[in-house]
Amino acid sequence: MADLTTHFAGIQSPNPFWLASGPPSNCGDQVQRAFDAGWGGAVWKTIGEPIVNVSSRYSSVDWNGLRMMGLNNIELITDRPIETNLREIAEVKKRYPKHAVIASLMVESRRAAWHEIVRRTEDAGADGLELNFGCPHGMSERGMGSAVGQVPEYAKLITEWVKEIARTPVLVKLTPNVADIRAIARAAKAGGADGLSAINTLNSITGVDLDTFTPRPDVGGQSSHGGYCGPAVKPIALHMVQQLAGDPECGLPVSGIGGISGWREAAEFLLLGCHSLQVCTAVMHYGYRIVEDMIEGLSNWMDEKGFRTLDDFRGLSLARVTEWKHLDLNYKIVARIHPELCIGCGLCYIACWDGAHQCIHIEGAATPEQLIAESRTRLAQTPAVVAVDTAHTPAARIPKVDEQECVGCNLCWLVCPVESCIAMDPVDTGRPAESWAQRGAP
Amino acid sequence: MTDAQQFAASFAEIHPPLGRREALVEANRCLYCFDAPCANACPTHIDVPGFIKKIASGNLGGSAMTILNANILGLSCARVCPVEVLCEGACVMHRYNQQPIEIGRLQRHAMDHFYGTGRRLPAAAASKPGRVACIGAGPASLSCAAALRQQGFAVTIFDSRPLAGGLNTYGVAEYKLRPADSQREVELVRSLGVEFRLSAEIGGALRIQELEEQFDIVFLGVGLGRTQPLDIPGEGLPGVIDALRFIAEYKTRGGAPVGRRVVVVGGGNTAIDAATAALRLGAEEAHLLYRRSETEMPAFEFEYDLAKREGVQFHWLTQPVAIHGNTAVESVECVRMELGPPDRRGRRQPRQVPGSNFRLSCDMLIPSIGQSRLLDFLAQFRNMQLSGGCVVVDPATGQTGNPRYFAGGDCANGGREVVDAAAEGKRAAAGIARRLEALHG
Repeated sequence: MADLTTHFAGIQSPNPFWLASGPPSNCGDQVQRAFDAGWGGAVWKTIGEPIVNVSSRYSSVDWNGLRMMGLNNIELITDRPIETNLREIAEVKKRYPKHAVIASLMVESRRAAWHEIVRRTEDAGADGLELNFGCPHGMSERGMGSAVGQVPEYAKLITEWVKEIARTPVLVKLTPNVADIRAIARAAKAGGADGLSAINTLNSITGVDLDTFTPRPDVGGQSSHGGYCGPAVKPIALHMVQQLAGDPECGLPVSGIGGISGWREAAEFLLLGCHSLQVCTAVMHYGYRIVEDMIEGLSNWMDEKGFRTLDDFRGLSLARVTEWKHLDLNYKIVARIHPELCIGCGLCYIACWDGAHQCIHIEGAATPEQLIAESRTRLAQTPAVVAVDTAHTPAARIPKVDEQECVGCNLCWLVCPVESCIAMDPVDTGRPAESWAQRGAP
Repeated sequence: MTDAQQFAASFAEIHPPLGRREALVEANRCLYCFDAPCANACPTHIDVPGFIKKIASGNLGGSAMTILNANILGLSCARVCPVEVLCEGACVMHRYNQQPIEIGRLQRHAMDHFYGTGRRLPAAAASKPGRVACIGAGPASLSCAAALRQQGFAVTIFDSRPLAGGLNTYGVAEYKLRPADSQREVELVRSLGVEFRLSAEIGGALRIQELEEQFDIVFLGVGLGRTQPLDIPGEGLPGVIDALRFIAEYKTRGGAPVGRRVVVVGGGNTAIDAATAALRLGAEEAHLLYRRSETEMPAFEFEYDLAKREGVQFHWLTQPVAIHGNTAVESVECVRMELGPPDRRGRRQPRQVPGSNFRLSCDMLIPSIGQSRLLDFLAQFRNMQLSGGCVVVDPATGQTGNPRYFAGGDCANGGREVVDAAAEGKRAAAGIARRLEALHG
């Protein structure tokens, strides 16, 4: 059984799965229930001077009948008094000494205000601090959150103020709403930060109600841009995490956040160098119970791959990310359709014709339009003697790849609904590896 | 419970409508195949993935139009099509997770929305020269007439019965399609501007000669004749009623007298309809006699399964030879059969086992051994070729040997499904339109 013990910037936890700062970590009762369910740590819902929230606060992007592919919120930091939050942190730490409790903090940009909140939070027993420089809505209008996180000088300055008195590790949570996230990460490092959390939510409007014409979420006929998260943002988060973990100038450990909803995403963030993982939307969707499969799935995968600890594979994929100019121009793959698995849906065929390079063919048809026209004129009748063969795909419906023309783009393989039906096989071009950089730009 | 409520409960739909959410989930399951096998298997070539994706996107009006543009009888086809051997039988999902998309019920969902909103199709002015008569108001004629009228030709439908719709109104099992739904479809065709002359017997009050004087083109969608008689002694006894009459009677009256022990003779889908209807109407037992064995039975497998579930008792290799009774049917005398060598079509021919006679007591007997051909009626038209009692047509255009006459549906195909009649009516409409345009330049 793999060992999931996590050591991150001086903070320990039994596993890398932490609740991200947000509604699931709003109060002590919630955090305790989360720990009972198996979560290794929690970043408390951001503490600061209590605010007033609006209703409604969330909206989502649904896709093909699936709910909440992406979630957007305009909720602010905690609406509960600082002393209540701190008292509950103390209670949780007393009951769960081995779990990580990190306090997310956001106060006005005054040195004294930051000193006071840091002192009080550490006195309550928090294992670490996470500076919320990322919240993209509401708080940024008041000079906090991403208003700080978008300006390297501000980020550095406030990190310095915190580090002047902090006794526990200090994490800086980064906003993705910047041109280059590494600039802020370097500033945080210069300010003395011990680690990074990335990413916070993305600026977004999820949609517009087609009956009322009000964008979502609707607050009395008006809306405001919110922070986007959930499965849809994972690719953006993975890229930014890779940028941070792969940046020698930054060199700080990273807690990965953004669209993690299962063990597969968790493994991906770890392979790109993360030390811990934070989850919010998936818990908001399904509850704390999802952590069971995350722990079990990650652990089983590690056993299968022969990894005993998280360090055994952390960052393993970083070296595989390079600039495009270093990719081998002479590496070639082609699509191969396994006819015995093909169900005859024609999706690879039309995708290749309309969205790629016209190298998948149906015998006897010069174009998709001709294929459809012939099908429409073919007479069909209810069969008189019934023996419908549902088990086999008619040979005429199985597309064929012109391997000479195939550019190996992957599109057919991506659209094919049947696992392993289309394989992207390497072919020997007979040419040695050569990148654009090696070839030299003309 | 009133009789009407009792009847409605006994004949509750076997494929109930999908709820809105059910339909969405099912629609989203569709892979959206290209050159989709379901659309190719449909005789009317409805763009099935197209209408399903419109359900998924919430464009129900557009979904209904996609269906109706290919098949004006989308409502009845959604309910009565043997989808297991057509669109759903062709669905690639059989080879994906074994669960074909419920195309029939999704089509019904879009159709129910269309008819529920009271929408109508755009009616074209009858601006083109040429008049067309459609004889028979069943699916073939409705489909042909609608397509021609939408193109701007004037069309009149004639039928000898008081209601239009043909077998959709009078002959389909009540738990699949109700007469009221069939009439909604008729009204849609009427709203396009098609004229209906009902209770009008062609060859009787309206002679063929007059018909030809008044119309440039005649489409024959007359279907088939009465149920063939068994031609055995005792067939005239009270308690003997042929399957089509029995079905029409219970459907139009909302019930019909039924025996305690009912025997149906025949192995087709109509025989199954009659046997299951008898049970629903209160018969204690329904027996079905078929002269061949289970494997040769022409009824669709799902119809056979339904009958078995409902308790119909099957008697294979059994042929009636006489009906006995003093004042009404009391029993049917049968003889055992055995199967001989295959005939030219590959079907093994049954022959009687001498001395194997036995009697089965019953108080109602329903012959259902297929419909007769309308030989006398069709003989009135000049230059019309018949084959096996059916009108010979060019399958692409529906044109008969007499260029003024076109035909489709059961009278041309020998007796198939509603969707086949709809497809043939549509193809004939295209053929007629080309002919009229050639005639009138």
